[in-house]
Amino acid sequence: MSFDVAAIRAQFPILDQQVHGRPLAYLDNAATTQKPSAVIQAIQAYYQRDNANVHRGVHALSERATAAYEAAREKVRALLNARSVREIVFVRGTTEAINLVAHSWGTARLRAGDEILITGMEHHSNIVPWQMLCERTGARLRVLPINDAGELCLDQLPTLLNERTRLVGVVHLSNALGTINPVAEIIRQAHAVGARVLVDGAQAAAHMAIDVQQLDCDFYATSAHKMYGPTGIGVLYAKEALLDEMPPYQGGGDMIRVVTFERTEYNELPYKFEAGTPNIAGAIGFGAAIDWLGSFDMCEIAAHEQRLLQEAVSRAKAIPGLRLVGEAGHRATVLSFTMEGIHPHDLGTILDREGVAIRAGHHCAMPVMQRFGVPATVRASFALYNTSDDLDALFQALERAQAMFA
Amino acid sequence: MPCSRPWNGRRPCLHEGEANVFDLKDLYQQVIVDHNKHPRNFGRLEDASHEAEGYNPLCGDRLHVYLKIDDQGRIEDVRFEGEGCAISMASASLMTEALKGRTLQEFRSLFEGFHALVTSSGDGADDEAGLGKLAVLGGVRAFPSRIKCATLCWHTMKNAIERSGVARTE
Repeated sequence: MSFDVAAIRAQFPILDQQVHGRPLAYLDNAATTQKPSAVIQAIQAYYQRDNANVHRGVHALSERATAAYEAAREKVRALLNARSVREIVFVRGTTEAINLVAHSWGTARLRAGDEILITGMEHHSNIVPWQMLCERTGARLRVLPINDAGELCLDQLPTLLNERTRLVGVVHLSNALGTINPVAEIIRQAHAVGARVLVDGAQAAAHMAIDVQQLDCDFYATSAHKMYGPTGIGVLYAKEALLDEMPPYQGGGDMIRVVTFERTEYNELPYKFEAGTPNIAGAIGFGAAIDWLGSFDMCEIAAHEQRLLQEAVSRAKAIPGLRLVGEAGHRATVLSFTMEGIHPHDLGTILDREGVAIRAGHHCAMPVMQRFGVPATVRASFALYNTSDDLDALFQALERAQAMFA
Repeated sequence: MPCSRPWNGRRPCLHEGEANVFDLKDLYQQVIVDHNKHPRNFGRLEDASHEAEGYNPLCGDRLHVYLKIDDQGRIEDVRFEGEGCAISMASASLMTEALKGRTLQEFRSLFEGFHALVTSSGDGADDEAGLGKLAVLGGVRAFPSRIKCATLCWHTMKNAIERSGVARTE
């Protein structure tokens, strides 16, 4: 399929609507992307034809559901280029993936005096689970700061990493700033001191190719709903050797091989970490989203989104009183800003009435807001179906907001 | 004073049966824009007898209100400081104007009246009675996600009068 934005938009029924009498300009893709018909139909087809529980029944429907669920796992493996499906654990989303690692790996491995290093641009979901782990174990949380452009201060990494560092948690593509972090270099340095690395890839998967073997990360977490799939399903990738030695996160059905009242033998990977009936339809929708995304050249998607971002940045810079928050040299898909004299929440309401959907707030990254000295920002975030028309709607609405508050 | 309505936005398309349609200019009336830009009674009240902090974690709006209540239970002076959106700033500014010189009994009645104004399901006409200038905030009714911005200052004021502490609108 060639990269034709009009043809792509035609596959997203939700984009073809009016909001408050204006055509919808959906620019809140970092919160969640819309879903193409292929994904919606895959979920519907599963419920209409194949719905049954997985890994249990011998009947035809259960076999079809199991086959579809496991086929989705293989698609996720291929997306991330993991070695084996044994390394692909289905979870509710990135947040649950990180919590799984913090609880299972972290509780077993960390001791008082150990250190966890995160960065100043992490989402709350890559901060709070580690704080909770520190409270349980007596470990210490340290933070790699960010500079005024919204880039990690990599020069401070060697001094923050030491023999006590057990884990480094770093976001691949920042949801608040759009910064793309040099995770491969961070992983290399972290491994040199014996630390494991978890990469928060919630934002990355829809915008760049991911290769966990090339990165050599120990854990990679991402969510389907930010890459055109459904909500409530995501993946934890972890190296098989790590998953092998990690205790289960939750107990229940499907994660066991044998249960007696005396002892329980856990199931093999990855099922050891998938207690209970999983989100089968979600996994199938995730697989459909990967297939759909795979019909495009990721380089073309990235180039299209980069053109939009460049256009948005140059138009934003022409607006007096507009301050960009996050101007990293290497960034993608996110335009975060404030406007003098107009609070982001007022802008959010005004833009909404113009049919423009953006996020106004702290983007679940309050430390980033504190770093830049703002209570909140307006964030427009782009996906492969956005066009210059969406930017026209955004910037016209911003001009109207300025006129209103003049 | 600039022209009263610089905003020239069209009315949104009306859905059939939609009874309560507001345009943006009903929300961001000139009085509100003006009070946001030039909040009245803004700043610390050094000899306050009552004060409280209000915080809306969803929006990050943060207010601190100060009151001086005299022996007869009359609000002798009232000030506020903080930062937030235009609705929260204007609402706090208008509230301080409305409360100066009022009794605590009158405060309670204004509190109820204001709450009814911004949460009423009607057109608001009945709710505006007795509220004076505060009635300009009635437009917030049509913007459910913003009602808490308008009420934060009132809840904070209630806390200051009844007890000290942090008010939250969640």
